[in-house]
Amino acid sequence: MSVPLHFEVNGKPVAIEVEPRLTLADCLRHRLRLTGTHVGCEHGVCGACTVLVDGDAVRACLMLAVQAEGAKVVTIEGLSHDAHLTPLQASFRKHHALQCGFCTPGMITTAHALLSEEPHCDAARVREVLSGNLCRCTGYVSIVEAVLAARVAYQKKDGPGA
Amino acid sequence: MKSPAFDYACPTTLVEAVSLLASCKGEARALAGGQSLVPMLAFRIAAPTLLVDLNKLIELRYIKIDNDGVRLGAMVRWRQIENDVRLVRTHPLLVAAVKHVAHYQIRNRGTVGGSLAHADPAAELSGIAVTCEAEITAISAAGQRVIRATDFFLGPLTTALTPEEIIVELRLPPWPTQRRWGFEEFARRRGDFAMAAAALYYDTRPDGKASNAHVGVMGVGDRPQRLAEVEAILNGSVIEPETIAAAERAAAAAVNPSEDIHASAAYRRALAGTMVERALKRAAA
Repeated sequence: MSVPLHFEVNGKPVAIEVEPRLTLADCLRHRLRLTGTHVGCEHGVCGACTVLVDGDAVRACLMLAVQAEGAKVVTIEGLSHDAHLTPLQASFRKHHALQCGFCTPGMITTAHALLSEEPHCDAARVREVLSGNLCRCTGYVSIVEAVLAARVAYQKKDGPGA
Repeated sequence: MKSPAFDYACPTTLVEAVSLLASCKGEARALAGGQSLVPMLAFRIAAPTLLVDLNKLIELRYIKIDNDGVRLGAMVRWRQIENDVRLVRTHPLLVAAVKHVAHYQIRNRGTVGGSLAHADPAAELSGIAVTCEAEITAISAAGQRVIRATDFFLGPLTTALTPEEIIVELRLPPWPTQRRWGFEEFARRRGDFAMAAAALYYDTRPDGKASNAHVGVMGVGDRPQRLAEVEAILNGSVIEPETIAAAERAAAAAVNPSEDIHASAAYRRALAGTMVERALKRAAA
């Protein structure tokens, strides 16, 4: 039995009907075709599906789509621009913080949530926060370096910009 | 890895939530943060006919601190505990333990009531509840009752709750400011499930000897447990290296861990002793 769902995704209102058992991750990918949110483990271990719900980084595979009723959801697509890289993306490229790219959307959304709240966080904090995201090719050192180098963009009064 | 089909309700009052659970003859499940229940649905370990989402129950989001101790509403999230600066003074053991609970994204969703009801043997909060002689308040259509933490955890993923009951509050007894305490946990990666953890505290008598020792361990049995043998060693003793060494040996001897993919039973047993040793060193420092 489907139920109505109204929420906002990347600034746009969405009104659809979903089965209660549909996870937010599957809703974003299969119903809204926002396939930037990756689904790895489907049980809350890998962090690849991380999205922002009302500003908080959450695992989209551990939230039912119906639970997003009324919420503002931001996915990796909402943190990207066609024309140029954001400071965080540019930092990932500069520091070779990705190879296959599967974990990258989760890394970027998580790092964005962290830096938005704690733009002066230290390396230990970055490591602690990213410990919930698995990467299987690059290794974490370059990812931590990329996030640390992006802090300066978030320290500006008007935010990281685009 | 897709959940079985279920119906979904998102009540805005506790009364409504309780009557929804009562209406399903034990086939409904309460959904709190969903950080354990949603994976169980995905693995089809749980297959309720109705999920009663508690996330709109704002009335269960409180942290109250008064003469009766610390009261945590069941829908308090880890993040909220982490951000409440009052708790650093009023319950430092709780704050230290919660630092080890899961990863960043999960801490934004996971709740006090959800963790207690899930009853993972390695859960930090369950261990704190048992160690501190906490009380858990649960409500159902039949009324409200208070369950002692020691009577609450029956085994892995098994509690004294009936299928119709919802946890509403965890109350931790008052914490004297002079109390000595320690919390130590070992996991391969911070935020992962504990391979062993110890929570302990004691008060110091005017003669410098320890009294009222409470020592609990997590992740080394089918539920969190207090170690009476270790508490007996500490009570009436000055906490010095010999006492700590005796406590470590007693802790390792007292636990009965099982073997799994992460560690052998012997390793976990040794680890339990080491966690108690380190926590005591921290407490006595």
